[in-house]
Amino acid sequence: MADPVFIGVAVLTVGAAIVALETRELIYGAIALAVSMLGIAGFFLLLDAPFVAMFQIAVYVGAVAVLIIFAVMLVRTQALFTTKEDKKRKGAGIALMLIIMISLGALLLASGLNGQFGNFNDSEAIDFREIGQQMLTYYSPTLIIMALTLAGSVIAALALARREDITTTSDGGEEQQHGRTD
Amino acid sequence: MAELIDFIIISGILVAVGIYGLVVKRNAIRMLISIEIIANAANLSLVAFSRNLPNAQGQVFALFSIAIAAAEVAVGLGLIIVAYRLYKEIDVAEFRSMRG
Repeated sequence: MADPVFIGVAVLTVGAAIVALETRELIYGAIALAVSMLGIAGFFLLLDAPFVAMFQIAVYVGAVAVLIIFAVMLVRTQALFTTKEDKKRKGAGIALMLIIMISLGALLLASGLNGQFGNFNDSEAIDFREIGQQMLTYYSPTLIIMALTLAGSVIAALALARREDITTTSDGGEEQQHGRTD
Repeated sequence: MAELIDFIIISGILVAVGIYGLVVKRNAIRMLISIEIIANAANLSLVAFSRNLPNAQGQVFALFSIAIAAAEVAVGLGLIIVAYRLYKEIDVAEFRSMRG
């Protein structure tokens, strides 16, 4: 059976994920998402993967959650409170969630995975040197393509968010036109 | 000691919570949060299977997945900011002119 540390981290992760979706203010939702990501990092530590855990904290808690918080700040606060979800839709969503949870859980418990225990204690943890070696040898083309994808998507995000209604005048000042926005 | 099946069940629960958020919520930022939860559930099961085998490739895939998810969030938030500027609203049901 699972140990108390695992149960604590599981409750933290799933609870924070539900809070992230259900809290009324979106900024608390973004903070709860960061807590949920920290819980996932805790799972990675339990799985003897400290390198992935540190990557998770750096990227998800450090970058993604902060990015979402900044986006929440950029959006007018009144738009964040209009929760126009009807009860019927919410009930159907909860029913769908429970059906997926129960059927997936029953399927997993009935499958052959259920018998595979004891392997965690017997086998050696994976050395992070092996991860680095694989990334720089066999997976090096993937690493390069991933770096280009990241650069391309960040440039695309900047190009998307650029305001087109601001033009620079000849004396260097910025002038706002009366366009379709604002 | 926790076993493989425990981690996979937690991963399944997180996927279900994320699908619930995608189905019920109409706020675009909350839908993005749901997608992040689902992506994290996938990472968790990758690392769990990697530990069970044991094989380093699962962790390598998890690292790639985390990096791609960061790029996806950047583009998604850029789209939300543009939509907010156009419609003054981040409710996805209000994006009328996007309907086919």
